[in-house]
Amino acid sequence: MEPVKRVAGRMAPLDLADVDTDQIIPKQFLKRIERTGYGPFLFYDWRARDNFVLDRPEYAGASVLVAGANFGCGSSREHAPWALRDFGFKAIVAPTFADIFRANCYKTGLLAVTLPESQVRHLIDLVSEDPTVEVIVDLQAQQVRGDGFSYRFEIDPFARECLLHGLDEIALVERHDDDIATYEKTRAGWLPSVK
Amino acid sequence: MPKTVAQKLWDAHIVTSTQGEPDLLFVDLHLVHEVTSAQAFEGLRLADRRVRRPDLTVATMDHNVPTRGGARAADELSRKQMDVLAENCRREGIPLHQIGSRRQGIVHVIGPELGLTQPGMLIVCGDSHTSTHGAFGALAFGIGTSEVEVVLATQCLPQKRQRDLAVNVTGSLPIGVTAKDIVLRLIGSTGTSAGQGHLVEYGGPTIRGLSMEGRMTICNMSIEWGAKAGMVAPDDTTFAYLQGRLHAPKGAAWEQALDHWRSLRTDDGASFDDVIEIDASKLEPHVTWGTTPAQVVPVTGRVPVPHSETDERALRYMDLKPGIALADIAIDRVFIGSCTNARLEDLRAAASVIQGRHVHPKVRAMVVPGSTSVKRAAEDEGLDAVFKAAGFEWRNAGCSMCLGMNPDILAPGERCASTSNRNFEGRQGSGGRTHLMSPPMAAAAALTGHLVDVRELM
Repeated sequence: MEPVKRVAGRMAPLDLADVDTDQIIPKQFLKRIERTGYGPFLFYDWRARDNFVLDRPEYAGASVLVAGANFGCGSSREHAPWALRDFGFKAIVAPTFADIFRANCYKTGLLAVTLPESQVRHLIDLVSEDPTVEVIVDLQAQQVRGDGFSYRFEIDPFARECLLHGLDEIALVERHDDDIATYEKTRAGWLPSVK
Repeated sequence: MPKTVAQKLWDAHIVTSTQGEPDLLFVDLHLVHEVTSAQAFEGLRLADRRVRRPDLTVATMDHNVPTRGGARAADELSRKQMDVLAENCRREGIPLHQIGSRRQGIVHVIGPELGLTQPGMLIVCGDSHTSTHGAFGALAFGIGTSEVEVVLATQCLPQKRQRDLAVNVTGSLPIGVTAKDIVLRLIGSTGTSAGQGHLVEYGGPTIRGLSMEGRMTICNMSIEWGAKAGMVAPDDTTFAYLQGRLHAPKGAAWEQALDHWRSLRTDDGASFDDVIEIDASKLEPHVTWGTTPAQVVPVTGRVPVPHSETDERALRYMDLKPGIALADIAIDRVFIGSCTNARLEDLRAAASVIQGRHVHPKVRAMVVPGSTSVKRAAEDEGLDAVFKAAGFEWRNAGCSMCLGMNPDILAPGERCASTSNRNFEGRQGSGGRTHLMSPPMAAAAALTGHLVDVRELM
């Protein structure tokens, strides 16, 4: 994974709560066996509809998605962050994220950042009024900042380290190979095995 | 120090714990299916890694399989996805229950019925409804494809410790009210995200009185209110379900396992971060009216007045007006299936409502058993004949119209009474409208052609 330190760019507002991963990437696109190429299918059903925010020219090229609470709820499909990434987003700011989705974002190198509802509201108001406004999502400093504001965000310190250094999680786990082998020897004999 | 059952399970799986890092947990069982695994296997291959414990990994085909016509009825991409899974399993020595085989079925149905799901285990799968297995007193949760790759390679997963939440259910369930209604009411009162960051233990006399099937229904939908995992401490109901199943311990091992399993309960004095109380004695059958499982009311109720933009959006999508009685909503389709409600007990409950009656002429109804073995067991007791005589389609096992990855989908605008777990926009087919409910309630809707209180038919 490439290291991610900061994202600077324009925002796109998605002022909705409980946006589920079925909306982010509908099921018919989960039949692909690749990890990339999902961008054209992002919010597929919504993009066909009247004036969806991501179809508006003023938000083209935005790299920070600002969304409502419980973003990414529902299905565990990692295709959701893949689609957001492939579409061009590098960070998502919301009051809360569904747990599996947030974990999937980190693995994908997408910065999923939580800010209090009022600060997210400020960002949505800001970009709705002036789509050219730019923000910086700074993982190093744990800040979302722009002209006249700077909001601190909290993030799991280990997830932050992994993102900042682009660490390979499997390699991290493999450091504990001896511990894993030791643990395996202590497992109860009745536990099921399919061999 | 007194511990909750969830913390006991967590601690028992810690391989190593390092300050400032997530705990490294050992995975006892990794369930794999065709839709979320291909990229993980490819990742392994590109990094020249192998599956560490194929003996603790089991694969099935469920998400995209056609429910009639076999693999040949699948579209080209689905077939390719199944072929890729078969090839990955062959290369890595992972047992696979593929389409057409007698143990194939929805991953969360076959784990328990094969006796693979046991108390005290840590179980993961690239599917959010993995919480189902918690019904056995296992720690079970869904993961993404990158995490699938981590587990394939190492049989471990780094995880941050979670908080404890108890749901205490008391009171006898009234006639016509099921486990599905308990969990729908729970989600309706807590909202879609109250469980975030929590391991939930469902307990209390009402839960104790539920069958394993009912407990699975409740644990299954833990993810619908955001919980990391849901579980029920194992008891005699659990042990009776497990005894004699294919992978359950036998002989002396069974006795040893039983001793250990009996210790998997929350200690007196252990504390939860929060406790939610539910009185089941006052529950009615519930039906969702919106596009999240939290948008739910008793079937005797009316479509509520919206009090948020989310509600208004849901009403628009569902084409419903506030104030209309639920019972006045006509339906086009009925789906009895999914990892939430397609086990034998669910099919029996639906069949008992249907017995001797006929599906409304304007309704197309189908039953998709949760597994091939559920299908066979249902046929052995004649349930298929009851459904078919009533005008239901009787299909092969799979996820089917719960998520519509196979040909079983709603047409735009069609309205479905469904026993599945998600009523999201387009979930059962683009433009389709889903009302979630229990199997008896879906059966009743099939007969009358509209949402209806099943108690009127009993």
